[in-house]
Amino acid sequence: MSLKRFLKRHLATVLLFLLALAAAILFILPTVLTISNSFMAESEINANYGAMIESASQDKKTYISEELNLKFIPDMVSFSQYTSVLFRSPDYLLKFWNSVILVVPITVFQILLAAVTAYGFSRYRGRVREIIFFAYIILMLMPYQVTLVPNYLVSDFLGILGTRWAIILPGIFSPFSVYLLTKVMRRIPKAYYEAARLDGAGEIQIFLTICLPLCRSAMLSVGLLVFIDYWNMVEQPLILLNNEDDYPLSVFLSQINTGDVGLAFAVAVVYMIPALLLFLYGEEYLVEGITYSGGVKG
Amino acid sequence: MQIQKRRMRRRILEEGKAWSWLMPSLIGVLVFFIVPFCVVIYYSVLDNPIYANFVGLDNFLALFKNAAFLRAMRNTGIFTALSVPLSVVLSLWMAFALNSRIPGKSWLRTCFLCPLMVPIASVVLVWQVIFHYHGTLNQVTELFGLEPVDWLKTNWSYIVLTLMFLWKTLGYNMILFMSAIAGIPTDIVEVAQLEGASSWYTFLHIKLRYLSPTILFVTILSIISSFKMFREVYLLTGDYPFESMYLLQHFMNNTFKSLDYQKLSSAAVLLSVIMIVIIGILFLIESKYGEDVEE
Repeated sequence: MSLKRFLKRHLATVLLFLLALAAAILFILPTVLTISNSFMAESEINANYGAMIESASQDKKTYISEELNLKFIPDMVSFSQYTSVLFRSPDYLLKFWNSVILVVPITVFQILLAAVTAYGFSRYRGRVREIIFFAYIILMLMPYQVTLVPNYLVSDFLGILGTRWAIILPGIFSPFSVYLLTKVMRRIPKAYYEAARLDGAGEIQIFLTICLPLCRSAMLSVGLLVFIDYWNMVEQPLILLNNEDDYPLSVFLSQINTGDVGLAFAVAVVYMIPALLLFLYGEEYLVEGITYSGGVKG
Repeated sequence: MQIQKRRMRRRILEEGKAWSWLMPSLIGVLVFFIVPFCVVIYYSVLDNPIYANFVGLDNFLALFKNAAFLRAMRNTGIFTALSVPLSVVLSLWMAFALNSRIPGKSWLRTCFLCPLMVPIASVVLVWQVIFHYHGTLNQVTELFGLEPVDWLKTNWSYIVLTLMFLWKTLGYNMILFMSAIAGIPTDIVEVAQLEGASSWYTFLHIKLRYLSPTILFVTILSIISSFKMFREVYLLTGDYPFESMYLLQHFMNNTFKSLDYQKLSSAAVLLSVIMIVIIGILFLIESKYGEDVEE
């Protein structure tokens, strides 16, 4: 009897594990496919995926399969896509650089400013400040379709519309990280601050020597979340930038898909690398950061 | 008298310190969000910015007669109503599954979180190959004798969008639920089990109630990310997608191009009201359902 029950429970675990494994494979499959396809020669890519582009199929000289063949392993490993991206088409590297100079300042300054603001919200409680903090939460929950209109009006008024500042400045003041860091800082025991105060430390000193070191991992994890959100941005550049030369790679990649399929996978991988490295380096921080974000009320 | 004065001065000093910490961010938020949003509200009740005649709710009524806006609202609404509940339920289930005793948990977690970090633009190619008319999915369904479907150009696109949405959000939501599940007090669950409560009863009346703040939060977050699915659609199909994939952001983009301030601002105001109503309703439901378990 008990053996039967044991088997039953065991079977359930095995089934659950197999199911989870299948799901996990599905979750990483698109990433793995993108990476493995980036090692195909351009001609192989064109043969497999050329049917995606209408203009290419008229060119009968090269072999193009009617059907799209999604392949795991290239027939021949080749770095030709990468050499083309890195040496022959500086366009992509330029767009990559566009992404970097938008995202890095936003992430760094948003976190620094948020740390200062969160210190204010967590150290000094008060009715008006609670209401303002609530307003920050409401603002954080507004979709781009709402916030981009005011952003556009201000940028126009300040004369920065069409330049990168129109994306960077609102990004720096985005309330998301203020909310997360305030919640983290409110958990720091008051006694720490009082002790420092008795030792004669001023507020700035308390902030720098007690609060910031305690929040180091929280700041890193919030930084990861902010980084990936802006690394993915599509809405803002389309509306706030005039010049397509300034577009980040996230927007530009949609155009290669229809033109340069042969290179697209390598560009996609190059674009993925910073995010993937940050993920592998900081998975624990990321999990921690997501956990902090739980519970609007807390 | 003297003491009172000193106390007063000290309070003012404290207040001054508090506000000086908040000032830089407050100024930025006021300049870039709050003040222009007031201007947006102002624009939404005018006939145009130059003559500035008050027209009341006319702009909103015009919006409700605008076919493109209605289509965008309808598509976004259908997609959100389809994908958000699915994402919440599935991720809750996954969190419980991963909390039970199965091997390789941390590897599985890494796999589930991976889509969160991989840029959308990078994997969009693979989605294109899968959902193309001559693509992988149709080749698979053909093996089962099904007619090929142009997944991105029929009403099936809701399903395609939902799949991509689930792929992107399940990991994040699962992590939130896992940490909330870890916070359920075990003694209460054990007492209930000792008293003969079925596992379904403990789930419904104990665990789910403790999880209700997290469920609320995950739902709100998922709604916000469902509004960001424009990114996927734009990268897949560009400015002018098939009509079942014409989302709110497409409408906004086109209105930005024609610089129709009235349409833009009334749409933004309307959306913010809708969001606040939805969030308010969710908060009410949560506080009703989870009232006995407030920590």
